[in-house]
Amino acid sequence: MIHFHVIAGLVLRHIYLYTRNAIRLVELIFWPLVDLMVWGFLTVFLRENTTGDFPHFISFLIGAMIFWDVLFRAQQGLAISFLEDVWTKNLLNIFVAPVRPLEYVSATAIVGLLRVGVTLVVLTVVAWVAYAFKLWDFHFLLLPFFGNLLLFGWSLGMVSVALILRWGQAAESLAWAVPFLFQPISAVFYPVTVLPVWLQPLALSLPSTHVFEGMRAVLKDGSIPTFHLLAATGLNLVFLSLAAWYFAFTLRQARQRGLLAKLATQ
Amino acid sequence: MGGDIILEVENLRKEFGDTVAVEDLSFHLRRGEILGLLGVNGAGKSTTMNMLLSLTEQTSGSIRIFSMPMPKERIAILQRCNFSSAYAALPSNLLVHQNLRIFGMIYRVRNLEARITELLELFEISHLRNRVAGRLSSGEGTRMNLCKALLNAPELLMLDEPTASLDPDIADKVRKALRRVQKETNVGILYTSHNMRDIEEVCDRVLFIHEGRVVAEGTPAQIVRDSHHGSLEEIFIELARSGKKEANR
Repeated sequence: MIHFHVIAGLVLRHIYLYTRNAIRLVELIFWPLVDLMVWGFLTVFLRENTTGDFPHFISFLIGAMIFWDVLFRAQQGLAISFLEDVWTKNLLNIFVAPVRPLEYVSATAIVGLLRVGVTLVVLTVVAWVAYAFKLWDFHFLLLPFFGNLLLFGWSLGMVSVALILRWGQAAESLAWAVPFLFQPISAVFYPVTVLPVWLQPLALSLPSTHVFEGMRAVLKDGSIPTFHLLAATGLNLVFLSLAAWYFAFTLRQARQRGLLAKLATQ
Repeated sequence: MGGDIILEVENLRKEFGDTVAVEDLSFHLRRGEILGLLGVNGAGKSTTMNMLLSLTEQTSGSIRIFSMPMPKERIAILQRCNFSSAYAALPSNLLVHQNLRIFGMIYRVRNLEARITELLELFEISHLRNRVAGRLSSGEGTRMNLCKALLNAPELLMLDEPTASLDPDIADKVRKALRRVQKETNVGILYTSHNMRDIEEVCDRVLFIHEGRVVAEGTPAQIVRDSHHGSLEEIFIELARSGKKEANR
């Protein structure tokens, strides 16, 4: 049974953190804005220097960049929230309080959703003002893919936390690295057909690949590609189950080996 | 001390690979009692405390808190317990009252604002309510942690070196406040410290742990009387220097 007061308390901790310190809010939008500017100007350059149908495809870059950030922020919501508790030596207080692992993960997932929300609003507005890219023209059609990215981000977040639990603060850099392990084969900025043939089955086994393929289809045709949506959702259920199992397994191992106490008190 | 038993540990053992951190530990704690857990560094105190808090799972043996098995009934038990340690902190980037409000919500404390005010007054840190936790002195930080530890009016309180790094004046105030809370609420307290004055002044009963086993047990006065030493501190030093030698032989 989940207790919502526990989740509310854990989420409140992060809301206080972000609203107390302007630097924290800047951190939420600084890197995404830098990315958007780089990809945005590249798009402008290519659009002005190419002919035919090419410019239409080029505008996918901005959509892909925004979508990639959704995945990254969702994963970071879990991983960085956990690390915040490690860095501030608060982990001990949390894990000796009546907090279930599911409540902890749910709270950090909500924090991830809030982070995504703030970043998405800023990027959408800037993409519209600076590059005339209107994400909301497709919003209802993109929404299911957006949801799937959140789910995959949460799966990667749980795996990141599990790795930190297992390897301690030495694995801290994985909190940032894990999503990028999947980026080259997720067909974020290019179609999956660009990948070598032998790599394509691996790419298509990731929900993120179907999301980005689906996003391109929505932006191109204005309709939802059912296959990619169903594939992304089905694969997400598998990845989410595996990530939850791995997190629970690692947490149990961490309790047995004393790693949780070590991480909480180091 | 005639209260009912709220913590019962039987034949507790913890192995980390080839290392035996706790060998065969059995003890109990009654409601309203303050039990001191003493031992040199590496004696097994922290591992024991971690097992009681379900941070670490025991290899064998049983822990029953409020007659419920730990860690099986972890959530139900932890709802009625609390903990404070010199080695754990509340988020340093939040205000004192924000930290307390967060944990008040987690423990579902009723009339939370009034409870926070009451505890800040008890530990004489009301004026720090809106101070960033990271800017507190170590004494102020310890008292904030104790406020958190008492938020849910716990029936069992586990304190790991609560007066470490406090000056004698603040340490005295903390001891008196804890004694007052214990008398008013009948809370059972498990207390670890390296400060023998703390132990003598606060604890009703003491367990000396050495190499994962209990080597002496009784009131501070009894332990001193039964040993050939003049004080708890001398026993402590003897244990630290003599390996497995029993303190009250």
